[in-house]
Formats: sequence, C-alpha cells, structure tokens
Amino acid sequence: MSARTEAWPDTYGAEARPRMGFFTDTSVCIGCKACEVACKEWNLVPEDGLVWSGESFDNTSALGANSWRHVAFVEQTTPLRVDGDGADGEGEEPFRWLMSSDVCKHCTESACLNVCPTGAIFRTELGTVVVQEDVCNGCGYCVPACPFGVLDRRELPAPDRGGRADGRVWKCTLCYDRTREGMTPACAQACPTESIQYGPLDELRERAAGRLDKVVADGFAGARLYGDDPGDGVGGFGAFFLLLDEPETYGLPPQPRDSTRDLGGMWRTAAVAGAALLAGLGAAFLAGRDGAGS
Amino acid sequence: MGSNMAEAHPVGFQWVMEARERGADVIHVDPRFSRTSAMATRYVRTRAGTDVAFLGGIIRYILEHGREFREYVLNYTNAPVVIDEGYQDTEDLDGLFSGWDRKRGSYDTSTWQYAGMEVHASAGQRELGANQGEGAGHGGHGAGLSHGEPPEVDLTLEHPRCVYQILKRHYARYTPELVEEVCGVPREAFVEVAEALCQNSGRERTSSIVYSVGWTQHTTGVQYIRSAAIIQLLLGNVGRPGGGIMALRGHSSIQGSTDIPTLYNILPGYIPMPHAHAHDNLGQFVEMNTSPSGFWGNMTAYTVSLLKAWWGSRATPENDFCFDYLPRITGDHSIYPTVMGMLDGSVKGFLVVGQNPAVGSANSGLHRRAMANLDWLVVRDFVETESAAFWYDSPEVESGELDPAAIGTEVFFLPAAAHTEKDGSFTNTQRLLQWHHKAVEPKGDCRSDLWFYYHLGRLIREKLADSEEERDRPVKELSWHYPTAGEIADPNAEAVLREINGWDANDDALSSYLDLKDDGSTACGCWIYCGCFADETNQPARRTPASEQSWVAPEWAWAWPANRRILYNRASADPEGKPWSERKRYVWWDEGEGRWTGEDVPDFQPDKRPDYRPPDGAKAQDAIAGNHPFIMQPDGRGWLFVPAGIVDGPLPTHYEPDESPHTNPLYAQEANPARQRFRRPLNERNPRGDRYPYVFTTYRLTEHHTAGGMSRFVPYLSELQPAMFCEVSPELARERGLAHGGWATVVTARAEIEARVVVTERMAPVAIEGDVVHQIGLPYHWGSRGLTTGDSANDLLEAVLDPNVHIQESKVATCDIRPGRRSRGSGRAVPR
Repeated sequence: MSARTEAWPDTYGAEARPRMGFFTDTSVCIGCKACEVACKEWNLVPEDGLVWSGESFDNTSALGANSWRHVAFVEQTTPLRVDGDGADGEGEEPFRWLMSSDVCKHCTESACLNVCPTGAIFRTELGTVVVQEDVCNGCGYCVPACPFGVLDRRELPAPDRGGRADGRVWKCTLCYDRTREGMTPACAQACPTESIQYGPLDELRERAAGRLDKVVADGFAGARLYGDDPGDGVGGFGAFFLLLDEPETYGLPPQPRDSTRDLGGMWRTAAVAGAALLAGLGAAFLAGRDGAGS
Repeated sequence: MGSNMAEAHPVGFQWVMEARERGADVIHVDPRFSRTSAMATRYVRTRAGTDVAFLGGIIRYILEHGREFREYVLNYTNAPVVIDEGYQDTEDLDGLFSGWDRKRGSYDTSTWQYAGMEVHASAGQRELGANQGEGAGHGGHGAGLSHGEPPEVDLTLEHPRCVYQILKRHYARYTPELVEEVCGVPREAFVEVAEALCQNSGRERTSSIVYSVGWTQHTTGVQYIRSAAIIQLLLGNVGRPGGGIMALRGHSSIQGSTDIPTLYNILPGYIPMPHAHAHDNLGQFVEMNTSPSGFWGNMTAYTVSLLKAWWGSRATPENDFCFDYLPRITGDHSIYPTVMGMLDGSVKGFLVVGQNPAVGSANSGLHRRAMANLDWLVVRDFVETESAAFWYDSPEVESGELDPAAIGTEVFFLPAAAHTEKDGSFTNTQRLLQWHHKAVEPKGDCRSDLWFYYHLGRLIREKLADSEEERDRPVKELSWHYPTAGEIADPNAEAVLREINGWDANDDALSSYLDLKDDGSTACGCWIYCGCFADETNQPARRTPASEQSWVAPEWAWAWPANRRILYNRASADPEGKPWSERKRYVWWDEGEGRWTGEDVPDFQPDKRPDYRPPDGAKAQDAIAGNHPFIMQPDGRGWLFVPAGIVDGPLPTHYEPDESPHTNPLYAQEANPARQRFRRPLNERNPRGDRYPYVFTTYRLTEHHTAGGMSRFVPYLSELQPAMFCEVSPELARERGLAHGGWATVVTARAEIEARVVVTERMAPVAIEGDVVHQIGLPYHWGSRGLTTGDSANDLLEAVLDPNVHIQESKVATCDIRPGRRSRGSGRAVPR
C-alpha cells in the first residue's frame, strides 16, 4: 500500500471527518439523467459533444473529463424478476432495461492518486479523491492507472489559456465544495428516487446490505453489491453500487485493482531482470575475452 | 396507461417507486416498452389506439364476476337511474347511439337523458346547451329531483333501462377474447390485470389509475378517460385515499392554464363562455348553463364575483354586472379551426406565447404554412423557436415551397423571462398551487407574461382613452390597476393572486367560495381558487415540511378548492358516514359534533347529515342528499352513464383510430363518427391498405421538453438526446431493411421525415385478427432550430380531433417506413 493512502486520515489530525461516499442503488434508477445535468450545472462541466451513439438511450457513453456522471442503459432479454413476472409482455420474450448512474469510485487505494507526480490528486478530509486543477500539469499518468477509465484529459480550449487545449485531468470531486460545508452533492440532491445516496460510508454499507436483502427477497434477478468489500483490489470503493447483473454488463471491470500495489514487486522484478542482465553481460564478457578477434 | 410517467414526470414518479417498494403492483399497459415499463411490476404491450376496448374488457370482467363494490355503486353512482325509453345503444345500432344526425355529423342527445328529467352537465360541452335547442335550457328541465333522486330509480338494479343493465348490455361483447383480438393482448395477461385491479379494490384496498396524453390525444380521447371513470366508480375507488384517477398534466402549470383559462370556451373556474345570440343576459346565461341542483347551482354568485373582479365598481346590478362586456363565441374557436382560418385568410394575426405550433401541433407543416399567410405574428419565448423563425428557417423554405421574400407576415419576437426571473404560481396535476419567488432580474428585454399583458392592456387603454365607441367600453372600463415595482415596472403578482382569491364588501380577502354572493358585494377572479389568499396570506407560498404536519400535508402550498386534497372525499365513508374500513379512513361524520371531519377538508357541506333527504324544490347544494358524494353533479351521483355534456356518446365504445390498418371487429361504424376532421388539401387522411401498412405513435423523452424550445437550445439537455430517431422492432427492421444506427424515412400523406434508426426489442409487433401489426415509435421534440436539430414527427400527422375538447389524435396513425434519408430541395416529395 502506498504511503499516501496509509497516512489518511491521520494526516488530517483534528480535521479528519468521517469518511463520506455514495451508494448508488441502480434498482431504483429511472434513467432520468438528472444526475448528469445537476453535476454539470454545479461544477460548470462543459457539454461533451452532441454525438448520437445509438447505444440505447445512452449518448454519454462513458465517464470522462466532461462527463462525471454517466447513466448506462442495458437492454436484455432477461426477466426483471426471477419468477419471470413483470417487465415482459405475456407471450413475448422476457425483457428488462437496466439503468445505472456511473461515477468515479473514490477508491480506498486510489491508483490515480498514487501515480500523480505533482500531488495534484489528493485525498480530502472526507476521504474523497480530488484533482486540484491549479496544480495538475496534464501529464496524464493517472489516465491509464485508473482501473475504471474514469480519468481523462480535457481537450477543449481553456478560458485562461488563450484558446489552447486545457490538457488537464478533470473528474468527479464528490462536490467537495458542497460536502465540506455539510451539503449534499449535486447529483444526490437531484436524484428523484434516491438512487444516489450520500452519507457516511460505513452507514451506507450497512444500509446497502439491508437493501440487497430486500431486493433479493423482492425477486430481482442477479442483484449484488459492487465495491462494498474492503478486501477487493482497491480496498473497497468510496462510491459503491447495487447492480442487477454482473459488472461487465454495465461496462465495469469485475476485479478492479490498484496497479500500484504491484510497485514493490515490479521494482523487485526489474532488479532481478537487471541483475540477470548484468550477470549475462558479465558472463558474455568473460567468455569472449579468450575467443575470437585476437 | 396512456402515460410514460417515469420519463415525463420523473420527480413525481418517485412516489410510484416508493409505493412499489412498499409492495404496490405497478402495471404499465402501453404500445412501447418505455422507462416506465422498466420500473413496473407488470408490463402489457397493447396496440396503439385500442385502450377503450381494453378498459371495456375490464368493465365487463367486473360486472360478469360481480366484483363491483355494490354498496358504493348503488348509493354513489347513477347505476340505478333509469334512462329515457328512446335510448338506443351501439349494440342496437351497429356502432351508433340513438340520435345520430348524419347530415349535421353530430348527435341529438335528448334520448340519452334520464327518464322523466332533464339533467344539465356539470362539465364538458355545457355552453353548447345553448345551441342544441332540443329543450336543453329554456327552462325546460322537466321534473326536478324528487327527494334528491331522479324520478325513475331502481335500487334493485334490474330495470332493463337502468344504467347498470345498460352498462352490462353495452359491454357484453368486450370479452377477454375480444381484447386479445383488438388490442393484441393475450387473454391470460389481460385477465391477470383485471383480476389484480379487482383484488386491490373494495373496503380495505384502493387502486389508482394514472393517465396522460397517451389517452387524451385520440379522436376518442374523452371516452378513454370515461372508461377509467366507470371502472373506478364500479370498484369504489373515487374519493378515497390511494384511489382515483390522476391526470398527469404535461406542463408545470397547464392545470392552471385551464383553471384560469387560456381556452376559448371557458371562463375562470370552468364557467362556460357565453354564446352570441344565445345568452342575452346573465340570468338566461346562468339558467341555460347550470343545474338547479348541485354546487353549480351557485353559478350566479361565481359569475357576478368574476365580473366584479374584472370591471370593479363599473359592474352594477343595473347593468347586469357588465355581463354584456364579456366576449361572445360563435362556434369552435380552438386552435385547429383557427389555423384553418389563417390558411383561408379570415384570421390575420396570431399571438404565440410559450408555445411552438410549428413543431408541436398535429400536421405542424400546415401550421407553418398557415403562419406564412398571416398579416402579423407575435412570438413570446426564451429563444427564437421554429414558430418565430418559420419565415426563413423551415422545411418549406428548405424545399423552396415557401420563399422568405414572398412571405408577407410581419413577425415580432419578444423575449420572455424564465420562471426564476419572476414571481408567480404553478398549478400542478394535483390542483396544487405552488408559489415561486423571483430569484434574479430578467436580462435585457426579457419580460414576464404578466408584465407583457398588463402593459399591453395599459397601452391599449391609453390609445382608447378618447374613444367614444361603444365597443371600446369593455376595455376602457376594466379594473386594471395593479401595483408595479422596479425599473421595468413589473406588476405585483401577489396582488393579482389576491384578486383571484377575491374580497368582500369591506375589501377583506375571502376565505371560501361559500362566501361568494350574487349581489355584487364580493369580487373573485376564480371561484375555485377562492381561499388561496385567506387571512391575507399567500397560502400557495407555504412550505411546511412533511415532518411537521399530517400525512395529508395540508400546509404545503394550497390546493383548489378550499385546500381540499382529495375531491369527493365524502365517498371515503359509507352512506351512514362511517369509514368503509379503518385502514382506509379519510373523512367521516362525527355525530357528536354534528359535522363531517377527518384527515382532509371534507368535500361536503360540513353540517349536512348523512340521512338528510332534500325537500322537493330545494336548490343548489341543498338539493343533494346526505348520501350522495358527487356534489357537482345535479343528482349528487357519479355518472357511469353520461346523459349530457359529452357529444360522442354516453358510454365509451371501441372505435378504430381515424387511421388504422384494421377494421372494427365490433361494429360497422369504424371510427368515431363525431370526430372532428378538416377535409382539405395538405390534411388528407392516409388511405387504408398496403401503402401505409404500419402504425406509428409519437411521444416524449425525459431529456427534451415538448416542442423543444426549452431543451433543444440547452447544451446539457441536447447532448443527452442529440438526434431525432425512430424506434422499430427487429422484425420490422428485417422486413424493411432498416439498419440500427442508419437512417430511415417515415412517410404519410402529409409529409415524409427522416430519423436515425434504433432497432430494439423494446418495440415488438402485436398480433391482431390473425395479422401482425408493426408499430413505430417517434419522439416529437425535434425541429429545424437549436443545438440539436431534426425533422418534426408531427409533420406526419393529420389534424383530426376529439369532438369534445378538440384535441388532436397524435398517438396513433398509419405510415410507411423505408431505409435511407428523405428527399431534399426542389426534389422534395410534396404531400398530395
């Protein structure tokens, strides 16, 4: 584990607050996209292209520098409930339409934060992961580090850069400016069905466990929690989900992992390779000394 | 049904989700699998335009299996009332009711009346009572109520001409098999829905029906809603918590736009507009348009108070309270005939305020061409919509059919202020008036509608100041003084609200419409809103949180009338005044106090005993018995059978839509005989047959708003749905060679439009009469302007209307579809 994530919350001392996060319960998402719009309005995120994707009702397609909430739509010929009743016409193929609002996971072990060379990405006193836009130099190291593909550089012209491309990385701040004042993030505030819930992470995890029980009892096929387990590859998500199918269905990685966990091992491997290389060179040098060319 | 509530009302839909979480069965019956279907516990696919058959099937199911709430039906509905012996049903006349006049294209409704008594309608086409001339009005009421009941009533429900028996005969053939044949709904699925509804109704449980324009925008739209009314009355679901019929209004304040109407045929509070040559004075007007019994019996008080609000001290008993100053109508002045008038040159000018008919109206191309024929046009909106820009940016200009240089219309575009830039109220789908406060000043020249109309009136009155003309007096003598404030002289919206509420002779704000007088001592701009400013307090501005009040939440905003949250709530108690069950208690009679009481404002005279039986000759609300909750009706009963007020039938009947690939299996009469058509070039109906073999339906998406003025110009909304598309099933895609993500052109006799293709299993064919019907989905938001542009689905539609309320049939029509983009420029296919 990296030194940076180990230090939180200790580094905050008296300012440390309970860790806050999102629980996104996709079983009650109605696909209205109020979360996408509220986020953009509050955070002044630019419009992300008027491009029709043809991917069901999803024209946002993915999270990125200019889309910090993304509602996915998945059409399946599967019944919504295990007894086959509901969400299908009698005599028709079973059918369901899954909807889910995706967001930055604010990982416990956050690879983006770990690889950021400038310290632009930091962990707040609320445990959330934020990019400081006045520090970020657009190097882009964080972009491949994120196992979810959340981070992305903004190519649009920046207002303060004379028309040149912004180049910096932008992502969900979990509305840091709102939450440090005790307010609810914009997306959670706007969500009409409370699909997006904001609160202390341990409370959300407890609530989600109970909710999963109810959803399963109500017969929703394939219901599961995603990102609630502190033992997973990123130490558990700060923004976790209740899904109605495998993560892959929603375009999410089934076993996300903080790649910097392997850093120690990578150095060791590199050291072994280097030593092997030197040994090989040494052997070749010694062998070649009384050979050809004399 | 007839609703996509999750997409069109996402915020309101949270309560449906809440109910679902608590175990409610949420059933969605619709031609398309929408986001609402995705949330439902049960989805049933049906053929567009056949809901009356489906609902009729439910009515038959209820009656066949004896599932009606008998005690409720007997006492609270007109089931036991005997109908005129001249009445003949669609079962007798192969799809027509008695009284059809083929030449006039309308019904003489006198044989639909109660036996021995003529009842007036409490709603609907009341002003036409003046023109029917068959004894409706002119004091020819026949007998009045006898001890609060119509003259012929059979409480055993066995008389062959009682409503109950007529209902049974009328719906006898609406079997599950018929529903399968007409709607394409497998009979088992239909029976499951009927059974679920029956099981969840009665003393202990109630069910609610929700609808929107998927029901109203049909040539039989009113009959769709009537079908639901019959079901809910039979099941005892009206006036009870968790029951009722909820009409989801499609705008934040469109309920308000009918309450304080922008409709040609009604005055505030649903008082009818007077007819020229028919209503010579106020007394005659009232007599011809109201009923001596029921709360409409106070129409004089409501009307006089309105006239006092408008003409103030000028309105006196001597001049009939300026009743003569009210404009008169001479017929149907609704939007479609008016647009025909523009095309024919009889209508010269048009004010378009917060509306975009160039995209939103049926046969929108006809509307654009009509506007090109005007002398002048004023458009008030946030952005230069298609209606404002038609003269240089439209499909007709693109194709060369219209030349901007040749269009003589003088167009004025006046920018409008948004709701955040002005004080005012919204009246929503629950009759709730909610105040909103100005947050910022409008920019530049943007002004509110209140500012516009007030100052328009002021300027007109200044110009007329020296006029001696008789015809100018109504405008000159209006009471038109509202306080204004600020640099732009914005009228005080609260002052207007107070005038709507009204005041008494001492200029104290009134508390209740019961206090309205017919002697000119009270003024009130809208009787159903009386009380919204009681105690000199802006009641709609109240925002007491739910946690600080009862579950009915009477202190959040204000509902009309009288802050009553459920109408007809006396029906939540039995004839003796006891709640039907503890679980569903809502309003009840307190014998000790001698008053009605409960969770809500009782919708009944507070001290009227349940055992009150009116003496003969009693008037207005005093003529209503203590066991009849439907106090607006002349007999206090809920009308299963409607003897007056509806022009195309006292009972709903399945008719095919105006355009349909199928014949009516029930009757020789195919479509609604009374539907309103405009037979003229550019508005021709698709012929039957292979040329237009498919059905299409138009609808909304969450991401856009109606005709697009409020969404297609906004980047954050436009990017969510950035292109016009059509939805087709994989089967139809194969049949017509349509590729997902490609283009398709949809064609009718009126127009052809292009759209991106979405091939999805959310669309599926339905099996009808051994045939397969393919249905195509078309969102109707797009037009030529804004950040996201596209063709307008409504260009495809014929303008053909429901005859009661003149609403267009935009939810079902026929078409063809082919792959590829449409023709362009001078090669553009011009409608035949």
